[in-house]
Amino acid sequence: MSVITEDKVKRTWGYVAEFDTAASVYEAAKAMREGGYRRWDVHSPFPIHGMDGAMGLGPSFLSRIVFCGGLAGSLTALLLQFGTQVGLYPTIVQGKPDNLFTIPAFFPVTFELTILFSAFTILFSLLVIIRLPRLHHPLFESKLFTGFSDDKFIISVEARDPKFAREGTREFLQSIGAKQVELVEEEL
Amino acid sequence: MSTQPQVEQDLRGVAREPLVLSGRDYKWITNRICGVVENKQPLIWWLVAVPGALLSLVLLFTLVYLVSTGVGVWGLNQPIAWGWDITNFVFWIGIGHAGTLISAILFLTRQKWRTSVNRAAEAMTLFAVVCAGIYPGFHVGRFWMVWFLAPVPNANAIWQNFKSPLLWDVFAVSTYFTVSVIFWYIGLIPDLATLRDRCKPGLKKALYGIFALGWRGGNRQWRHYEMGYLLLAALSTPLVLSVHSVVSFDFATSVVPGWHTTIFPPYFVAGAIFGGFAMVLTLMIPCRAIYGLHDMLTPKHIDNMTKIIVLTGTIVGYAYLMELFIAFYGGNPFEVDAFHMRTVSGPYVWSYWAMMFCNVIAPQAFWIPWCRKNLVVVMCVCMCVNTGMWYERFVIIATTLARDFLPGQWGYYEPTWVEIAMFVGSHGLFLFLFAMFIRFLPMIAISEVKGVLPQSDPHYHPAH
Repeated sequence: MSVITEDKVKRTWGYVAEFDTAASVYEAAKAMREGGYRRWDVHSPFPIHGMDGAMGLGPSFLSRIVFCGGLAGSLTALLLQFGTQVGLYPTIVQGKPDNLFTIPAFFPVTFELTILFSAFTILFSLLVIIRLPRLHHPLFESKLFTGFSDDKFIISVEARDPKFAREGTREFLQSIGAKQVELVEEEL
Repeated sequence: MSTQPQVEQDLRGVAREPLVLSGRDYKWITNRICGVVENKQPLIWWLVAVPGALLSLVLLFTLVYLVSTGVGVWGLNQPIAWGWDITNFVFWIGIGHAGTLISAILFLTRQKWRTSVNRAAEAMTLFAVVCAGIYPGFHVGRFWMVWFLAPVPNANAIWQNFKSPLLWDVFAVSTYFTVSVIFWYIGLIPDLATLRDRCKPGLKKALYGIFALGWRGGNRQWRHYEMGYLLLAALSTPLVLSVHSVVSFDFATSVVPGWHTTIFPPYFVAGAIFGGFAMVLTLMIPCRAIYGLHDMLTPKHIDNMTKIIVLTGTIVGYAYLMELFIAFYGGNPFEVDAFHMRTVSGPYVWSYWAMMFCNVIAPQAFWIPWCRKNLVVVMCVCMCVNTGMWYERFVIIATTLARDFLPGQWGYYEPTWVEIAMFVGSHGLFLFLFAMFIRFLPMIAISEVKGVLPQSDPHYHPAH
């Protein structure tokens, strides 16, 4: 589906369809799912309650990664404190022993590092999962698309979707209530 | 059977007040909040930002003077080795509590009104923690040696004492700052995308674009984003409570009469929330008037925050009285004397009663609905609380140290001009940073406010 315009080769990336309200895009998302599309997304200015269900997405698995991050934080803190206070540089101060039983004094730092490691895990694993940062995306070429960050609701369908058809998908998007539909192309 | 209009009439009394007034739509919210960043700043912004910048330079000057001359330029001496520096540290770190409290605890408890205030409160938190961090950093005397606080191997093969609350404090405050930055930034990403999409191509768009990370607001992004935000809120909630608890351990684990009390952690946390909310109101009420945010920062928001102030203020008042009671009931003569000198006969009695008036008596006005609605009263009480919370830290630190166990060790502490200039300068830095925040970043969380509008519910139908 490549066409040559001027001296740049462009390829169809997909369609974007604009909706006016959260309610209409919610219904449209259900229709998209029932229509059997797979490589599509709903872009909205805020997270729409219940949209995961409408799109057929399960709960996020981020929490499991973060649990591991937090555990790593606890272990790091305990190793750091036992290693230095019991192994490398034992000091008997503040009426506390320099063996295993000094552990209550280590709780605050263990707690803080657990939170710190979890927070960094959230930030970085979130970025990896949602594939950000990226400097450019074909969607930013679309005139309709940028409305998503203001007051519009956008459904994007990729040409890579097995159900995608140049005419059929446009008609389908219009039939499920899209106000406007735009073809998005990417430069090769 | 009542008719349909009758039912609607009855429900009106029960239904919750809307969080955004005048039936504003998404477009209005975007334009109004982004307008603050995009339009020329009003004169009053310059009147805050320029003096703020100049006072920050005063702070810088005093710090250079301190480092080049020595920590003796402060009025600290035996027996009072902690003075305005640690007072200001605890004061600023306390103010820094409201932001993450609003973001985290109110998020977990599903208090949707938080959306209008959380961004500015989080920014305030970060700037307050920046101001706070300066003091202990320079209090160590040789600022270039602060890296000794970090557990890294050094040439002397000496390791930090992890049993010390002072080291816990290093971890608590630096973790708090880092996590607050992450929380704030993750919250900012969708709003930076909004600013990016509104800019004309150019440097501004490129910068907002880079910081927005290419956010596309797809639900496949939102679902992980929301989970990440929820997890951060869940982790920050105990973190907020821990930070001021750990700060209070600096005092409570010592054997100094007046400090050695088990009530300190909850008392400090309540005080921090109290002082933090007062500072949020002190900043947001003028912003609301200057930038016309009345429909998003409604009387309901102010009402809720004043209620939190009266609640936490009363907890603080209870803690003050309980300290006195335990001093009497515990039967420790040093403790009794410490509180006697604090309240009746010591050199700093005036500061104790200033604290009592500002923190316990003044906020009681908020029991009266009229006082919660009248912004002049709200501002006056909040200024009282801001002052009172500073006095509270001063009372705890200076009055206690001024009267050591033996009369021969008694002393009196007065700040030098350097400490006063640093204190004023840190306020300048705080205001300057806040002004920069207003100038360059959306001060209300655009995507979150949009999310609490009634039409954001996918099952909303205007016909109802």
